[in-house]
Amino acid sequence: MKPAPFEYSRPATVEEACAILADDDGARIIAGGQTLVPMMAMRLSRPTRLVDIARINALTFVREKDGEVAIGAATRQCNAERDPMVRNKIPLLATALPFVGHAPTRARGTIGGSLANADPAAEISLVAVTLGATLVYRTGNEIAKTAAAEFFLGPLITALPAGSCLTAVRFPVWKEKRVGVGFHEINARRSDFAFVSAAAQVALDEEGVCRRIAVGVGAVTDTPMRLAAIEQAFTGRRIKENELRAAVNQVLSYTEFMSDLHASAEYRQRVAETLAVRAVMDAVAQAEKINAH
Amino acid sequence: MRTELTVNGRTRAVEVEPRTTLLDALRDQLGLTGAHAGCEHGVCGACTVLIDGAPVRSCLIFAVQADGYSITTIEGLAPGPGELSPVQDAFCETHGLQCGYCTPAMILVAHALLTKNSTPTPEEIVDAISGNICRCTGYAQIIEAIALAAERMRGTNRPPEQVR
Repeated sequence: MKPAPFEYSRPATVEEACAILADDDGARIIAGGQTLVPMMAMRLSRPTRLVDIARINALTFVREKDGEVAIGAATRQCNAERDPMVRNKIPLLATALPFVGHAPTRARGTIGGSLANADPAAEISLVAVTLGATLVYRTGNEIAKTAAAEFFLGPLITALPAGSCLTAVRFPVWKEKRVGVGFHEINARRSDFAFVSAAAQVALDEEGVCRRIAVGVGAVTDTPMRLAAIEQAFTGRRIKENELRAAVNQVLSYTEFMSDLHASAEYRQRVAETLAVRAVMDAVAQAEKINAH
Repeated sequence: MRTELTVNGRTRAVEVEPRTTLLDALRDQLGLTGAHAGCEHGVCGACTVLIDGAPVRSCLIFAVQADGYSITTIEGLAPGPGELSPVQDAFCETHGLQCGYCTPAMILVAHALLTKNSTPTPEEIVDAISGNICRCTGYAQIIEAIALAAERMRGTNRPPEQVR
């Protein structure tokens, strides 16, 4: 369990990091290393050079701008988890973060690292897709952005061009007064990979009618899946659990579910329905507790 | 590559390959064998050390990445030679260990928990040790040990032992 030899660089800036990546096809970025290092230890990954971006200050921030909260790619998960702006403005991410690995991996693991790794079971990716986040990256001297829905292409595959460095992820902030969130996942043991996860954010008006809803399920298909049909069906309506369950059941019946030793496709489908409904109903209950006036 | 590691309050230079994990540097270069090499890919937790007070897997960070951080290993926890920290004492008393392989890491995560939370609930204790595997105890005595240490540390009416 020892990685193959490699060279190590610690550039001071993103520009420098991109220049090193452009010069060496075998170079890989390391931020928290909580997935990359095990892969290297098992020699499933053999980079010729690691470009360490963990201490680039320009990649470590949480800030609000133009109705979005942007999080720097190298921001550690433990810091995002404790950040008051994340808690207040992106409550769904704050609720999901404690499910990411466990405290010792969150102490090193980064927000951008989890996104760029694109594990189908990753909670941060699910929240990004559910809320319609935007990912910002740098390739050489060019800065580009892509919607989360287009960023994830498959298990561990993203639209990030070779030699690029993810720099930030921008989450839309919901301005409604009564916003609630819900997050659920099932795994074999606490802190392990999810077999199924579900995330929901709901905004209610003063009458309790749903004004906006976002719901997604993770770990069941190659990439996190947003249930857009549910959002269309329930916006402008009062959400009732039996109607919601029927609608989710209908939407998921068109989906091809992953199957592995731990969880069959049939199991994943059944659990995805239950967790999606629970996540939405939790979000509704939380929003109902907020006084509209 | 030359790198400087600050471990248990002392800064020492080590010469390592980039691929040398912090775990191997601690054990082989600095002779601190309290961090145990279990799975070496981040699953078992036996190699856990504290970095700036937070539990981290020392097998998932390369030594060359660790300069400038304050690293605490189990060797840095006891207040003096021949003494034990309150958490270590509690583990002995409640039989919170059998073979001892997971123990240094369990004690470090417990120490980190009690440093920021002097009154943990059983759920918070379970959450704190959820990244660490023990194959002997069944965990019940470990949870008991941490609860006992918490109670004692509250009783002493002073903050937990400062990590050197």
